[in-house]
Amino acid sequence: MHEAAIAQRSAAAREASAWREFWHAYSQSRGALIGLALVVALILLAVFADVVSPHPPNEQYRDFTLTPPAWHDGGTSSFILGTDPVGRDMLSRLIHGTRLSLLIGLISVTISLSLGVVLGLLAGYFRGLVETTIMRLMDVMLALPSLLLAIAVVAILGPGLINAMYAIAIVLLPHYVRLTRAAVLAEAGKEYVASSRIAGAGPIRLMFSTILPNCLAPLIVQATLGFSSAILDAAALGFLGLGAQPPTPEWGSMLAGALEFIQRASWVVTFPGLAILITVLAFNLMGDGLRDALDPKLKR
Amino acid sequence: MFTYILRRAALIVPTFFGVTLLAFALIHLIPGDPVENLSGERGMAPERRARLLHEYGLDRPLAVQYASYVGQVFKGDLGSSLTTHEPVLTEFLTLFPATIELAFFAMVLAVCIGLPAGIVAALKRNTVADYAVMGVSLTGYSMPIFWWALLLILFFSVQLGWTPVSGRIAVEFDVPATTGLMLIDSLRGGDPGAFRSALSHLILPSIALGTIPLAVIARMTRSSMLEVLREDYVRTARAKGMPYWRVVLIHALRNALIPVITVIGLQVGLLLSGAILTETIFSWPGVGNWLIHGVQSRDYPVVQGGILLVAAIVISVNLIVDLLYGVINPRIRHA
Repeated sequence: MHEAAIAQRSAAAREASAWREFWHAYSQSRGALIGLALVVALILLAVFADVVSPHPPNEQYRDFTLTPPAWHDGGTSSFILGTDPVGRDMLSRLIHGTRLSLLIGLISVTISLSLGVVLGLLAGYFRGLVETTIMRLMDVMLALPSLLLAIAVVAILGPGLINAMYAIAIVLLPHYVRLTRAAVLAEAGKEYVASSRIAGAGPIRLMFSTILPNCLAPLIVQATLGFSSAILDAAALGFLGLGAQPPTPEWGSMLAGALEFIQRASWVVTFPGLAILITVLAFNLMGDGLRDALDPKLKR
Repeated sequence: MFTYILRRAALIVPTFFGVTLLAFALIHLIPGDPVENLSGERGMAPERRARLLHEYGLDRPLAVQYASYVGQVFKGDLGSSLTTHEPVLTEFLTLFPATIELAFFAMVLAVCIGLPAGIVAALKRNTVADYAVMGVSLTGYSMPIFWWALLLILFFSVQLGWTPVSGRIAVEFDVPATTGLMLIDSLRGGDPGAFRSALSHLILPSIALGTIPLAVIARMTRSSMLEVLREDYVRTARAKGMPYWRVVLIHALRNALIPVITVIGLQVGLLLSGAILTETIFSWPGVGNWLIHGVQSRDYPVVQGGILLVAAIVISVNLIVDLLYGVINPRIRHA
């Protein structure tokens, strides 16, 4: 009883110190901290979109169409980033777009990563027929350019936000599978795996608790990049009219709807693109920081 | 090595059949059948519908339809476009050189800048040079390419008037298409004005399309170099008194290139994806533009044939990447 309590406490202490060590490594990089701060800010914006938006995202102020941003001549402080061609507040639409983009990233990466890791582990660990089947299937998917595959999936499922998420999850999958398999192949021949096998570890334990932790660093980097490609691809689909449909305040479809006004009212084009860029940049910065903090090979 | 090549080449056969299955399934999974789409809004009498279904062979079992589809594909018959009534293969082959030209220049740009930038960033880790390279490449990687293309047009074409907004060459030049590659064709024509015009049309789309691959290559080269530079054999080579450049460029780079080459191989798909957006925005008369028009006008033979052909190209490039992988890393070859 007493011993169990001590063991539990020391396990908790070990975990806490691992976190401290991770945080210490992560906070070394200014870029990583900026990325984290941005991501936290974006998450807060997404969660409290209804509270912080000055206007409802789809409310059309017909007397204020194409009002320039507040700092321009003719701008007004009630529409800080100006309005779009039908008089909707740009800032409010961008804030609500954050919610959509983060959701798209979260859902598609979660689906893709979990499936991809399992398939990649199976392929790299068992080799033979399992590997051939999985990798050939992935080759078929990789043989199609990502946006084209997404377009094909959307053509089958029909345009829309939810279908765009599935399409993106499918598009991202081969990368996780290939990466996991390659990492497993590199690790599986190493001595610690052999010794663990000799010690009697079964395939599940070898795959998930011996090999997988040593393959995590590239996967985390790839997952963060996946988050950004999900947001980028969703915006591209929206831009082509195949993703979120108007009047959904999705950044890509906002851009597409504003194209004809590009010379007259550059803000309707500039801000949605900037929002995509900042969000994607934030996740990429965070991913880089995570890699440096998690990859023991790069640790000082 | 020869058996390795043969084994790898044999592996693309099932992949290719997988793609034909995908392209075949695509048409059958899309709601509505071709006959229904032909009939339009007014609908069609059941007898006429049945007759048309029979005429197109759509009343046969799926397996039979698939077999006959594959048979046609191997004869080079990918059907005809519903809008232009031209054979899909002919249309593709006419437009493909434009896409190759664009993708090639984008890739040259990406490798020529990305690779050295990545190496420099790794060697000068945590210096201003490293931060600059990483900052620029992170921004490039995060760039929505369709927005980036618009910004480039707004700045260089509209504000400065340096480059044309769209197309491959100014209308006043009539260059006969012998190779389909505008730069070569205009050079063969002997008119320096035409060549300059073709080159100026190529610059902005190449930058737009090359930006993401450039950033990816720079990032990958840096992280892969950093990993390799810490290896014992690199230290050993240094300890033996070998010149620094030799250790970096021959010992380290050779191993660091393995993931980089994989990434460059994966970029081919990315380039063709980007080409869809870039060609749409710059009205570049290539395969990407054609495919997007096909999707928007529900020209299914174009979509199906286009997907199949693009996939065949990517498969071939993947094969070459795999072979290069074996050349660089003997451990893979002998596995």
